[in-house]
Amino acid sequence: MTETRTQKQVKGFVGDDKPSWDDYARCVHCGLCLNHCPTYRLWGMEADSPRGRIRQMLLVDRGELELGDGFVTHIDRCLDCRACETACPSGVEYGKLVEFTRAQIEQQHPRGLFSRLARDAFFRYLLPHPRSIDLAARLTKIYQRSGLAAFARATGILKLLGLDERERLMPRIDDRFFFSELGKTFPAQGPRRARVAFFAGCIAQVTFTKLNEATIRVLTANGCEVVVPDGQLCCGALALHAGVRDVARELARNNLEAFLRESFDAVVTNAAGCGSTLKEYPQLFQEGDAEYPKAIAFQAKMRDVTEFLADLGLAAPLKELPLRVTYQDSCHLAHGQRIREAPRKLICAVPGVELVEMFRSDDCCGSAGIYNVTETAASMEILEEKMRYAMATKAPVIVTANPGCLLQLRAGAAMHGTKQEVLHVVELLDRTLAS
Amino acid sequence: MDPNIIRELQEFLGKQSVLSAREDLMMYEYDGSIEVARPDVVVFPRTTQDVVRIVQLANRHQVPITGRGAGTGLSGGALARQGGILIVFSRMNKIIEIDLDNQGAVVQPGVVNLDITRAVEQAGYFFAPDPSSQKSCTIGGNVAENAGGPHTLLYGITTNHVTGLEVVLPSGEVLRVGGKTMDTPGYDLTGLLVGSEGTLAIVTEVTVKLTRLPEATKTLLAIYETVDDATETVAEITARAITPAACEFMDGWTLRVVEAWVHAGYPLDSAAVLLIEVDGLRESVEAQAAEIIDVCKLNHAREVRVAKDAKERDLLWKGRKNAFGAVGRVSPSYYVQDGVIPRTKLPATLRKIDAIGKKYGFEIGNIFHAGDGNLHPIILFDPRDHGQYERAVAAAGEIMAHCIVVGGSITGEHGVGFEKSELMPLMFTEADLEAMLRVRHAMNPAGLLNPGKIFPFGKGCGEVRVKPFPVTSSTPL
Repeated sequence: MTETRTQKQVKGFVGDDKPSWDDYARCVHCGLCLNHCPTYRLWGMEADSPRGRIRQMLLVDRGELELGDGFVTHIDRCLDCRACETACPSGVEYGKLVEFTRAQIEQQHPRGLFSRLARDAFFRYLLPHPRSIDLAARLTKIYQRSGLAAFARATGILKLLGLDERERLMPRIDDRFFFSELGKTFPAQGPRRARVAFFAGCIAQVTFTKLNEATIRVLTANGCEVVVPDGQLCCGALALHAGVRDVARELARNNLEAFLRESFDAVVTNAAGCGSTLKEYPQLFQEGDAEYPKAIAFQAKMRDVTEFLADLGLAAPLKELPLRVTYQDSCHLAHGQRIREAPRKLICAVPGVELVEMFRSDDCCGSAGIYNVTETAASMEILEEKMRYAMATKAPVIVTANPGCLLQLRAGAAMHGTKQEVLHVVELLDRTLAS
Repeated sequence: MDPNIIRELQEFLGKQSVLSAREDLMMYEYDGSIEVARPDVVVFPRTTQDVVRIVQLANRHQVPITGRGAGTGLSGGALARQGGILIVFSRMNKIIEIDLDNQGAVVQPGVVNLDITRAVEQAGYFFAPDPSSQKSCTIGGNVAENAGGPHTLLYGITTNHVTGLEVVLPSGEVLRVGGKTMDTPGYDLTGLLVGSEGTLAIVTEVTVKLTRLPEATKTLLAIYETVDDATETVAEITARAITPAACEFMDGWTLRVVEAWVHAGYPLDSAAVLLIEVDGLRESVEAQAAEIIDVCKLNHAREVRVAKDAKERDLLWKGRKNAFGAVGRVSPSYYVQDGVIPRTKLPATLRKIDAIGKKYGFEIGNIFHAGDGNLHPIILFDPRDHGQYERAVAAAGEIMAHCIVVGGSITGEHGVGFEKSELMPLMFTEADLEAMLRVRHAMNPAGLLNPGKIFPFGKGCGEVRVKPFPVTSSTPL
């Protein structure tokens, strides 16, 4: 009961990249978000709820709470799934708040040497550089294909290092990479209904080549001419979510140039996580910046592939596919972009497909960018619940809308022996293309 | 706080379930209200046995104990006004038993209200009390505050849906009161405990009644050019002895704020709307709806819309249930009241509230359970300006005083908490309060359970030894 008034005064947030009073004052601490937050549901702690995290931001900003280890832990543990934004009646843009807060942490909070090196390597030297991704992918491929991976697994080395679960989540490197398709144009089949630019992703170009190819097939089959603009780079989402805002901003500048060179009806992505960040490029700039109007123009063109196809309407004839499927809402589609109907509409457009809704289908699966690598234990607990609900649908196929979710759910299906196949919406459509 | 207490708590609960660092305690000094009070230690029990040991420890050291669910309350009920141990029930959130054949369920106090309905709706049942915070608030908090909600007009409040409780007394004794049937012999202790705001015992298990989903439901939206026409409609519906399942009022200002978020098609140019729902057997629903539409038209409703499907109905309700939160879009803080008045006094009272708002220079939104006269005026203010905060509290006091003058009450469903404890003498005589205190003394003789609540300061017999005023770190937010 003793309250000392001798608390250390701390400096709070600094610089431009910080949450603003106008943003967090929208939170009226009603608490309606709590039961929608995966980490609150996991631990039942206010500090790991959206309301609690906003309160901490505010206390740090006012100099009443130190930007220290405790604060950083609670902010790190946030999935940035933005389910709280859907739940929030007050319109708090929580994703924006947490991204700005992480930018503050990045600037002000010294992390351990290993963590710093790993973060720099990943966010600054790997993701923004296609050549680095290419090299890293080739090395990983050697590990995966040479028998080394099997050896490591068999001998239990990974388990010993505590890496076995993480290894399961690691994507399999593709036999061929998508980089070779950059700069190409794929003609529409039949009369051209639209001309679109395709956003190919970063790591996806070495791990989701087949998904990218399927996306192009589905788009062209539906009368779209698809251009894959050369010079495009990573969208910057992972860096942004980690608070590495300078890198995200640089990538945004690059992509605005790459995609606004020519005129398109839309820019399309098959990654909900990327799409959400791409649509929010204006947040990376100030209104007076030269990039700002470009970011606004780009935002107006940006479409998730499910959103775009559902609006355009499917023209390609589809084969009958008698199949029971369930749909897992990708967070950055449902909560980040508020798109729920479009993927369901496309799934139901396939003749013979029966869509069975999953309980809490718009709860995060625990993938959350690289959360499953940085906060593996929490991610696996969240995944366990997800697989339980997925299994309860008795659907042999889980459909979702983002590469990260695909990886996580595939790992979940394997770990929990649900025998379920996991497909992207466009992979499902690709499978039923009649031609 | 005595470090020995914290050490002892850690010994039997584990370090993960005990918080005592300043930065962790700051996360429990607020709730959905504008009050602030910081506990000295926060604990997360998982079983009734855990609660027993916490209470025994508190009793031995004579430390206050306060319970908390999700912290969505609007009267400061879940805040440790005099410090001490805050018991958070977020990890006691299991549904223990669902007995559909006997229309009952047994749940732990940390179960979220809506999760009970979600667990049984496929089978055709629901848990009737539906406070607007139902997607987050817990059943333990509902029991403590005797929570209501829009549909309590027809279905009754929490106390009508709780048949039994397991509670821990301040001595550490575990008591089971009531049972699975509606009535049990002897004193109705369940009835006494529901709504006692955690001042008589700590609830560790709740037996609830499940209600059959109605065969048919019809949701109407009546749109008005004047506030008076809407409130007159309510008075006439009551006079004609029609009981809708819900009858909610929203003024034009509030629904414009709400519509910006929910996009339910609320008319932006109207002065007020009534959201009225009737449910029951198909035939009676049709007849009731027709009569209500008549009454609305007679009272100059510009239009009466009927929700065409479940989706439209859900959207309309989503707007209503999230209305308080939506106010955050236009104001950094608000103070929501919970006055009750006789329904016949609605038109005059709303005019009075408007005048009070003008006097203090505040925008006051009105949204309320019109059917049972339970008002929720929302006063908007900026907490950075302490003068505004004080004026908001003064304006609220004046509204409450008016409610009592016209024959109403200071709380309909949010509880007295510490927000309205000082207003209690306006409603009750010395003798009334003394009688309540004697009841409290019988179960909570040392005054350790949720001290500083319900009774005006200085009233509690066992509270002399505890700190006179809440320990707070911040200005209210």
